[in-house]
Amino acid sequence: MTTHPAAPPRAAPVDSPTRRIIAQFMEDRVAVLGLILFICIAILALMAPWIAPQNPYDLSQLNIMDGALPPGEVSFGTDMTYMLGTDQQGRDMLSAILYGLRISLMVAGVSLLLAITVGTIVGVTAAYFGGRLDSFIMRVVDLQLSFPAILIALILLALLGRGVDKVILALVIVQWAYYARTVRSSAIVERRKDYVDAARCLALPHRRIMFRHLLPNCVPPLIVVATVQIAQAIALEATLSFLGVGVPITEPSLGLLIANGYDYLLSGRYWISLFPGIALVLTIIAINVVGDRLRDVLNPRLQK
Amino acid sequence: MSQEPILTIENVSKRFTKDLDLAERAARKLGARIAPMTVHAVDDVSLSIRRGEVLGLVGESGCGKSTLGRMVAGLSAPSSGRILHEGRDTAKLKGAEARDVALKVQMVFQDPMSSLNPRMRVRDIIGEAPQVHGLVPRAEVDAYVERMLAQVGLDPATARRYPHQFSGGQRARVGIARALAVRPDFIVCDESVAALDVSIQAQVLNLFAELREEFGLTYLFVSHDLGVVEHISDRIAVMYLGRLVELGAAEDLIARPNHPYTRALVAEIPSFETGKKTYHAIKGEIPSPMNPPRGCHFHPRCPHAHDRCRIEVPRLRDVAAGRLSACHLNDRAA
Repeated sequence: MTTHPAAPPRAAPVDSPTRRIIAQFMEDRVAVLGLILFICIAILALMAPWIAPQNPYDLSQLNIMDGALPPGEVSFGTDMTYMLGTDQQGRDMLSAILYGLRISLMVAGVSLLLAITVGTIVGVTAAYFGGRLDSFIMRVVDLQLSFPAILIALILLALLGRGVDKVILALVIVQWAYYARTVRSSAIVERRKDYVDAARCLALPHRRIMFRHLLPNCVPPLIVVATVQIAQAIALEATLSFLGVGVPITEPSLGLLIANGYDYLLSGRYWISLFPGIALVLTIIAINVVGDRLRDVLNPRLQK
Repeated sequence: MSQEPILTIENVSKRFTKDLDLAERAARKLGARIAPMTVHAVDDVSLSIRRGEVLGLVGESGCGKSTLGRMVAGLSAPSSGRILHEGRDTAKLKGAEARDVALKVQMVFQDPMSSLNPRMRVRDIIGEAPQVHGLVPRAEVDAYVERMLAQVGLDPATARRYPHQFSGGQRARVGIARALAVRPDFIVCDESVAALDVSIQAQVLNLFAELREEFGLTYLFVSHDLGVVEHISDRIAVMYLGRLVELGAAEDLIARPNHPYTRALVAEIPSFETGKKTYHAIKGEIPSPMNPPRGCHFHPRCPHAHDRCRIEVPRLRDVAAGRLSACHLNDRAA
């Protein structure tokens, strides 16, 4: 038998799909800027306890005499400068924003992971087995998606009460359906390819075929939906907290900080709402910019 | 070659039915003439394949040959009829026995790209099933995969590559190695060389022949290309619109085709003979399988069709030693 002179494959590292995608992503300056911004925000949020000038949850550190100071004022008791002012309880806004980001990102991140897990399992199962199971699951998804997310979340939180865990649960229930639908639609395309038949022919267990063979080929659209949805999750959590059904008052997220300052907006104390608002907007913009670019890069139709 | 059949297909049919949806059912209640549409992809086919032989299955696209191949490989269940592997009904087996029989019958697919998972390395594509089924101890999988690669004429060092880093012919070899790795005794080749260049086709066909010698494999070789099937097969079965129309020893069938459809196919095999050869496409289009002609399916295109062909379905019966054909003309001659 002749070993044929195969077309020399291009050098493996350059050719790997992941590297190509990273290289393409880097071509867009705005997206890179967004990514850097997001990473900075994430680091700030994670490091909050070490870099924040004050622990906003520790009431003994607060001085009511410092209440509602404008940005740049110096504390009455200590010589600490409040860069972004204070709220009505004398809480340093910069510290409150850092801690608030932490809560917001944590809630969004955890609910994202849980929702992706649930949605992926449901979506791949529906696509793989097809038939009635698929129809049933997708009708449930349709039903879920036909209600506005905020409405479902409000009802759930009204029933469950407040608490970080309950907000996460509500976000998962609101969001799993998006992932289920995304995964199903790409899995249903992959399902028809011969490699799935080959795996069935090799008598591999269904679970293995679904999660080792099908799922890895459904990841790109999932990443895109995840970036859009995490921004949605942050915004939704902020909305819920703003409306007073989200996180508890003792652990304010960005939404709750904005709500706290809302009453003072018209009295000229703009900073209590404005700065958490800017932090929220920057975070969401950064994630959306990254998500948009990822969608362009990962969309097979836009490639040669 | 022994005469004992390794695989028997008994009166197997495959029907695909498109059920009416809600609106159509309502329309029917109101008197509209709508019926569920049924396609007889495979219509009452019986075949037995002997251990060690290569059975070529030919026919135009849409004649049901791939559907039959997929049923044999266990990828879809027959609507009726039975498929027996060494005398055991494959549909009735359970648990470990079902798995063992499933592994004994493997398939090599047409498209060498889509039949390999693009996100898996060749090592996992080939080594996964033997490892999962415990055919090879975990520690020896790498060595086993390298042996398999060498067996199909690939460099064992390619085990770490992904499918897109191979050429078409090499991918076809990976697909063959994957099937071989679970130690099958029967391989369904579904248009396995159709997507390859002619020179590569010959190499892969030779590989099939070598592997057959070495592992005592039996092949069901599904192809639309009689020229390819002719070279590799011991016997050839010809299908037309879901039915088996002729079956016989390869050389004999090519030399003396009995059924008019086979005759037409054989006439169109390209040859190296010098001189002018004119090709005549078979008259007419292949009829819709949703609404096949009555009687003999081939009669609208058959130059010898007579009244009986339009009414009565011809039975597949012996017309010579080891030759079966389904044509009413054989009765006339007799």
